[in-house]
Amino acid sequence: MENTIIKFAMGTCGIASGTQDILNLFDKELSRLNYPARLVRTGCMGHCYAEPTISITLPDQEPVYFGNVNEERAREIIDHFLLKGDRTEGIIPPEGDFSRKQFKIALKNCGEIDPEEIQEYIDREGYKALMKCLTSMKPEKVIAEMKASGLRGRGGGGFPTGVKWENTRKSKSDQKYVVCNADEGDPGAFMDRSVLEGDPHSVIEAMIICGYSIGANKGLVYIRAEYPLAISRLKTALKQAREHGFLGDNILHSGFSFDIEIRYGAGAFVCGEETALIHSMEGMRGEPTFKPPYPSVRGYMGRPTCVNNVETLANIPAIIRNGAEWFAGIGTASSKGTKVFALAGKIKRTGLIEVPMGTTLREIIFEIGGGIKGIKKFKAVQTGGPSGGCLSEQYLDTPIDYENLLQAGSMMGSGGMIVLDEDDCMVSMAKFYLEFSIDESCGKCAPCRIGNKRLHEMLERITAGKGTMADLQKIKDLSVVIKDTSLCGLGQTSPNPVLSTLNQFHDEYEAHIEARTCDAHQCKELIHYVIVADKCTGCTVCFRNCPVEAIYGDKGAVHTILDNQCIKCGICFSKCKFNAIIIN
Amino acid sequence: MTALSENTRHFLIEVCKKYHNDEHELINVLHEAQDALGYLPVEVQHLIAGELNIPDARVYGVVTFYSFFTMVPKGKFDISICMGTACYVKGNELILDEFKRRLNIKVGGTTPDGVFTLTTLRCVGACSLAPVVSIGNKVFGNVTPLQVKKIIDEYMEKAEELH
Repeated sequence: MENTIIKFAMGTCGIASGTQDILNLFDKELSRLNYPARLVRTGCMGHCYAEPTISITLPDQEPVYFGNVNEERAREIIDHFLLKGDRTEGIIPPEGDFSRKQFKIALKNCGEIDPEEIQEYIDREGYKALMKCLTSMKPEKVIAEMKASGLRGRGGGGFPTGVKWENTRKSKSDQKYVVCNADEGDPGAFMDRSVLEGDPHSVIEAMIICGYSIGANKGLVYIRAEYPLAISRLKTALKQAREHGFLGDNILHSGFSFDIEIRYGAGAFVCGEETALIHSMEGMRGEPTFKPPYPSVRGYMGRPTCVNNVETLANIPAIIRNGAEWFAGIGTASSKGTKVFALAGKIKRTGLIEVPMGTTLREIIFEIGGGIKGIKKFKAVQTGGPSGGCLSEQYLDTPIDYENLLQAGSMMGSGGMIVLDEDDCMVSMAKFYLEFSIDESCGKCAPCRIGNKRLHEMLERITAGKGTMADLQKIKDLSVVIKDTSLCGLGQTSPNPVLSTLNQFHDEYEAHIEARTCDAHQCKELIHYVIVADKCTGCTVCFRNCPVEAIYGDKGAVHTILDNQCIKCGICFSKCKFNAIIIN
Repeated sequence: MTALSENTRHFLIEVCKKYHNDEHELINVLHEAQDALGYLPVEVQHLIAGELNIPDARVYGVVTFYSFFTMVPKGKFDISICMGTACYVKGNELILDEFKRRLNIKVGGTTPDGVFTLTTLRCVGACSLAPVVSIGNKVFGNVTPLQVKKIIDEYMEKAEELH
């Protein structure tokens, strides 16, 4: 009889939630009970809302997922589920269906296999695609297959991957490079990290296939130094791939040689742009340069270079194994396959999900994500990070693909999806993204360096209640100039969050300017905390919790908030049990 | 400029040698130097520039370009507030304000006793735990302004124990 298999989701967030302790507890208890089980450390299972997450597969049965497994629940699971065979609390999904609408290609192995055991990858058809290429496909045939599949870059731009490969193949040079862009910089996006933490071999396999197709024998992974776990799992995977003969000289006796090195980022968002990334790998400041020449002609060290993002690469082994037709059969007319999204914000089930292109925002947010947390109302969803925009309710039924999102004033981006409710101020949201772009602008060209600063100043005035209606036109004009005249993608897209909120939430901008109110109660200069006299019992809770002594009043007497001393931290508001504090 | 100790000089020369004194390996060299020394003062940059045979300005340009590198020493505990979107939406600004106020330092600053440095970081990718504060390898999730004092006290105690 097969042993019971217990898998522990141990990506960065699983570990931060204490999964290691749970694993230790299972290990100790099960060996004490002499219970035959195999414990497996996997990557992220995608149920971020319910970490720590584990899955249990009893012999000859389907796996069962358990969420929010703390120590108490772990003991319950051992006592009831494992020993007595009873169903216990905490089984995922408790309501609706998190997985029914999902379709996994890039994340197929994440949360299923131990990323540090190459054999588990091989057992799930790993390196089969590479063998197929090396034994029965000419490089031209692989590229034709890639083109036919319709796969487009998942880092945001959406450039057809097959065309990129073909262009690099056509460039003549004695040395070419394959680069994996793992400099995931969008705040709120963590799919690349999860793929590298959960299934590094799929990325390695794809890089070797790419090298074979374009005629390169050297690969480089450019990865953020902020991802220590992904780096260590990638290193282990590279070592194992070498030991198995998938990397190195004369791979699988085909005569083709290829190896991969790691390069570290050092914290610069702009390095996600391919020319900036290449400069950074060469040991220089990560400043973008003008294209053309494209990296496929002149890239790393002046040689033809093919840069692909992590998620793009993770799709490739499956495309080669199952054929281009299979992949092209998924998705919409212009966008094939699936997309991974990191769902976060004011949503019930945050998580890492993968859906076919063409799925609507409503299906993602309300069916997979379970809708808005609490009793609040949906306001908008932000996609595309600092380069994208906010989409209001009217776009909920738009099928997601590259073109539709662009048309709606946002973009695909790398796949961060932040859901906002009525408590979120859209002007502040635009300001937040602009601050990010200002921080991360490399400063090379004036429209981005200076223009965004001026845009930010105008938004500051508006959120402080000092804006004018004339500012709105200025914001629009300046945004267009920045978009048209910046050199790289960062500058060209940085005004998007401002423009999209201005288009879709014009009334909110007007309210900040004309009525000087922020309905979401987020703009500190526009709100005042006030105590309602007939509700206040004089219990002194607010008085005692105020960090700046801005509240006075004796016990039993009505308290008062001194507006000029108040720092609007909101502690009194959340502490008052009598709803006696209101926001004006 | 103050002189570097003989040990430090020796260490840095070895690191550069390990990377074949290749100027294209500058970022890797800086990563190793900062890992060992904690920060990258001009003296260190000057020595590395000499070893890799590039101008000091190139090294300085790279050090100041990337947010990972620092030219000033950090406190014992580096309190990092996540500035990702999910954390922003869940109120990270209130958390940051409260840390600034209680520690009486700005972002990037270190307390006079050398215990705390306050920094911000881009998304750590633990968005379901937002707002997130990370100190060393520990990640605090779902942080509220009221918890800030507790967190500071906890680490103050640790600092005293270390003394």
